[in-house]
Amino acid sequence: MKPAMRLFSSLAAMSFAFTLAGCGGGISGAQAMTSAEGSQHGDFGPPQGEPIHAVLTSPPHVPPPTHRKAPAKVIVDLEVIEKEMPISEGVTYTFWTFGGTVPGSFIRIRQGDTVEFHLKNNPNNKMPHNIDLHGVTGPGGGAASSFTAPGHESQFTFKALNQGIYVYHCATAPVGMHVANGMYGLILIEPPEGLPAVDHEYYVMQGDFYTTGKYREKGAQPFDMEKAIDEKPTYVLFNGAEGALTGDKALSAKTNETVRLFVGNGGPNLVSSFHVIGEIFDRVQQEGGTHPQENVQTTLIPAGGAAIVQFHTEVPGSYVLVDHSIFRAFNKGALAILKVDGAENKAIYSGKEVDSVYLGDRAGPNLAAVSHATSAAASGKLTKEDQVKAGAQLFSGTCSVCHQANGAGLAGVFPPLAKSDLIAADPKRPIQILLRGLNGKVTVNGKDYNSVMPPMSQLNDDEVANIVTYVLNSWDNPGGQVTAEEVAKVRAAPAPAPAAGH
Amino acid sequence: MPWLRLLGNLWLVLAIGAGHAVAADYKQIAGGHFASVLPADEKAADMQVAPYELRVTPVSNAEFLAFVTKSTEWQRDRIARVFADAQYLSHWITSDGIDRAQRDQPVTHVSWFAAQAFCESEGARLPTWLEWEFAAAADTARKDARADPAWREQILSWYSRPSNSALAAVGGPANVYGIRDLHGLVWEWVDDFNALLVSTDSRDQNDPDRLKFCGAGAMSLRDLNNYAVLMRIAMLSSLKAADTTANVGFRCTKIGAGEKS
Repeated sequence: MKPAMRLFSSLAAMSFAFTLAGCGGGISGAQAMTSAEGSQHGDFGPPQGEPIHAVLTSPPHVPPPTHRKAPAKVIVDLEVIEKEMPISEGVTYTFWTFGGTVPGSFIRIRQGDTVEFHLKNNPNNKMPHNIDLHGVTGPGGGAASSFTAPGHESQFTFKALNQGIYVYHCATAPVGMHVANGMYGLILIEPPEGLPAVDHEYYVMQGDFYTTGKYREKGAQPFDMEKAIDEKPTYVLFNGAEGALTGDKALSAKTNETVRLFVGNGGPNLVSSFHVIGEIFDRVQQEGGTHPQENVQTTLIPAGGAAIVQFHTEVPGSYVLVDHSIFRAFNKGALAILKVDGAENKAIYSGKEVDSVYLGDRAGPNLAAVSHATSAAASGKLTKEDQVKAGAQLFSGTCSVCHQANGAGLAGVFPPLAKSDLIAADPKRPIQILLRGLNGKVTVNGKDYNSVMPPMSQLNDDEVANIVTYVLNSWDNPGGQVTAEEVAKVRAAPAPAPAAGH
Repeated sequence: MPWLRLLGNLWLVLAIGAGHAVAADYKQIAGGHFASVLPADEKAADMQVAPYELRVTPVSNAEFLAFVTKSTEWQRDRIARVFADAQYLSHWITSDGIDRAQRDQPVTHVSWFAAQAFCESEGARLPTWLEWEFAAAADTARKDARADPAWREQILSWYSRPSNSALAAVGGPANVYGIRDLHGLVWEWVDDFNALLVSTDSRDQNDPDRLKFCGAGAMSLRDLNNYAVLMRIAMLSSLKAADTTANVGFRCTKIGAGEKS
């Protein structure tokens, strides 16, 4: 910086102190000076006043705005803790954490602040650790100055020159393993004027995880270096665990509110295609960019990068946060929920207005057996063979997408119908399942499944009877016959308590 | 409670007796060519390991207690701060008394200086990294089991457990040389611990100015996939000689007949 400019910036710093007292309106010197001008203009001179201890928060919470008008000295105390935590239902993993959570504690400071960073390595830890903050200007981002043995503490100081949202992570050898074990988080360096007020701020960070066992394989799962090198994760997660942001832990907002998400990606390997199903981001600020992108459907969050996304809620309901590399969402766990409460707004979104029958190719000749069965039933001459033939055709239209044409299902996702011990145990149960759906955990042929089958309420009694009869007489199932009357009875009966649900 | 302390002191007396009665067990290791993860020429050359004798087990609390009872300048309330940090032997009940349960556990919370002094009292010294690595490459049947994924798995499963539960007693299964507990119990000091890693930021391994960090000891890792060993090097290089931690112990190497001291 040229001397003349330095003089100018320290004058500007002094003027902040005055505006703080006066609380005057208008554009502050900081705004005029810093927009999009980078690190050269982020030095507002020496810190003012007494040192401040930074408020750190666990995800998904974000510390309150600093509301500071002058550069401060900020002390950050961050402890590294190695601990076993759930990564999925019934599955644990030994995470290495900044502050006891994955992602690590959220740090919020203001551009121009001088940060005195204390990295503490818990005495019970086995590994040395350090920290590389992408918000630091200097070799290693602090890594070389913070290399810390268990039971020790390191200190270094930096000035936050660039505003923006930045990743921090551990950079101790083997770096990839430390990151894969959850050692990352976000630091927000507010612009001098602060961020505009919003109704909610949340902290969401994606990471990929590599375990020796398969996805959802129970027990304590160790880290798998081979899978990590091959970049084939077992889990892709928001906030370090499957279910970290769903159910009771879902993010929440009301209608007509503005939500700001600080979204980071720790990696170590995958790039995220971050998307919120049912929302359009009004603004996306990549890293420290001062030219936000508007009206974004899906935004890229690189490994070791972050963005601030903002949107306004209009319609109540559950909005699903996903990595739109979509198998990661539904087969590796990259899924979170934002629950929006409030009054419906039918002018913007109606909900389902029409649910009528659409026959499509069912009306065609390939459903001849179905038509035959229908007329045979009407004349009282329906045989089991008619039912099996009709059921086979209905099955291929309605059921085979998930349960497969050969009834084998899909391992871990859709249970098999072939040689099914669940059907053998109660051959009438499929009627119930077709009519009411099946939600939650079920064990078939010794394997656990935990997904959702919606009720097939579009099928009439004849069709259900035919499908179930087909299934009972296929693939080594016990055989038997189901009549439309039986189906009608089940349909009329009140839903059994446990299956009630929603 | 005073009577508890009395019991502790009673144990102290027994410990001294035991320490004198049984000399520490060492095993001869012939040495030879060895593909260290830190190659001799910084590229791929094998190291030549001279014959040496390695202590069978890490030093236990009882053994270290016997040492500080004789050499009182190494007791925690007498030691000079430059030789050990404030956590030195902090897990003991008193400066000269340990809990009965700690007797056979490996001693931890010891500095490099204290470890070196103990070894001298046994007519020995700390092993070099190369000597330690050579013996630790073995498993129960082979002299070099490092290519076996099972060997790495076993090491890593220990790494992945935080050390917040009590340490096991020394005397685990012997490897092919008859040496025990090289893996799965504690980290161990080596003589040249501070010459292992090129810099405190492991990522700039090819930086031309790396020599400034540790001079002639600057080395690069040959086998980056052998991250089980890499992590041990990272751990050792995070330490300073006066540092102590809850999971760094040590064992000694006897100065052999052909070696000048």
